[in-house]
Amino acid sequence: MPEILDQARTRVLENGVGLDEAGVLAVLNLPDEHLPAALQLAHEVRMRWCGPEVEVEGIVSLKTGGCPEDCHFCSQSGLFTSPVRSVWLDIPALVEAAKQTAATGATEFCIVAAVRGPDARLMKQMREGVAAIKAEVDIQVAASLGMLTQEQVDELVEMGVHRYNHNLETCRSYFPNVVTTHSWEERWETLTMVRESGMEVCCGGILGLGESVEQRAEFAAQLAELDPHEVPLNFLNPRPGTPLGDRPVVEGKDALRAIAAFRLAMPRTILRYAGGRELTLGDLGTRDGLLGGINAVIVGNYLTTLGRSATDDLKLLDELKMPVKALSATL
Amino acid sequence: MTELVEPATARRWCDRCGEPADAGAHAACQAARELEPPRYCAHCRRRMKVQVVPTGWSAVCVEHGESRG
Repeated sequence: MPEILDQARTRVLENGVGLDEAGVLAVLNLPDEHLPAALQLAHEVRMRWCGPEVEVEGIVSLKTGGCPEDCHFCSQSGLFTSPVRSVWLDIPALVEAAKQTAATGATEFCIVAAVRGPDARLMKQMREGVAAIKAEVDIQVAASLGMLTQEQVDELVEMGVHRYNHNLETCRSYFPNVVTTHSWEERWETLTMVRESGMEVCCGGILGLGESVEQRAEFAAQLAELDPHEVPLNFLNPRPGTPLGDRPVVEGKDALRAIAAFRLAMPRTILRYAGGRELTLGDLGTRDGLLGGINAVIVGNYLTTLGRSATDDLKLLDELKMPVKALSATL
Repeated sequence: MTELVEPATARRWCDRCGEPADAGAHAACQAARELEPPRYCAHCRRRMKVQVVPTGWSAVCVEHGESRG
């Protein structure tokens, strides 16, 4: 057994203290033959500190495309030659998407907009949309609308948005290679305001942007410092027309090593499978991740791409004897 | 994919990359389309307005109407 896993068994599994950056790096550098042991330990940590439930979420794009920012992985930036056109979802369609999500057993519905930050039109759409969903659907509403002002944070709390997603995307040292129109620190400021408001903080990122293994460890440590309620873990799905459109996808074993390492860095967080898992891990890898630290999934489609069917994911959870977290448990 | 509108005109363009359908097999595009909605109208090459929702998608061409999947 590698020394780092022995150390993690005591520090993380028994004491509930996450690995530091050096420890995460050691896990990320484990040779393939030790990957099953790392996943097994990460699974034990998840079961000990989070339990067997899996939180299921659906996401929808309220405003797609035409974003003024230049996040190099994103097909919704208006600065690249991506084929994604700008489109708005109307309120009836938003409510219908929430109903469809709730019908899968999901407890979370995240409304996302491709913007630098919300303007008055978007906040109005949110206000009306969240009210309409709450009137008709039993589901928790989360939001992801970019960078916020304090007034907008307060307004989202008033609407009843219980969780706010704002991904740091990658570590601080690599961020300028991925985004040049705003800074990592600006994102951190929004996250700080969200935390202080009482909303749950959802913050993760994307692996495979060209960051080094050391920078992956740096990212995990920075997320652990933030201590978010939820960490969505994406794997780059290279989109045509974006600056990262020709990057290779993350190798499956590297993705699984990252899942184990992030769980060992953050024993109590909700660690969610987000975009790219279908491409990077496939069906078998998806199962391995759920048995290696993951305890939440986005079911169905993503914002501009398609995902595994909710039915397939729920069947897998049933086979793994992992109950879907009930709505009552989240309220 | 369920096409609500299927014009009589031939499908001349790849609905993923927008290049001529007969220029190569577009095998990579076909594979990618398993996890993507169409982006270009296969009949006229216009970029479509595409909305993805958790359980499906819709794509609208201003000339050839809406398709869903």
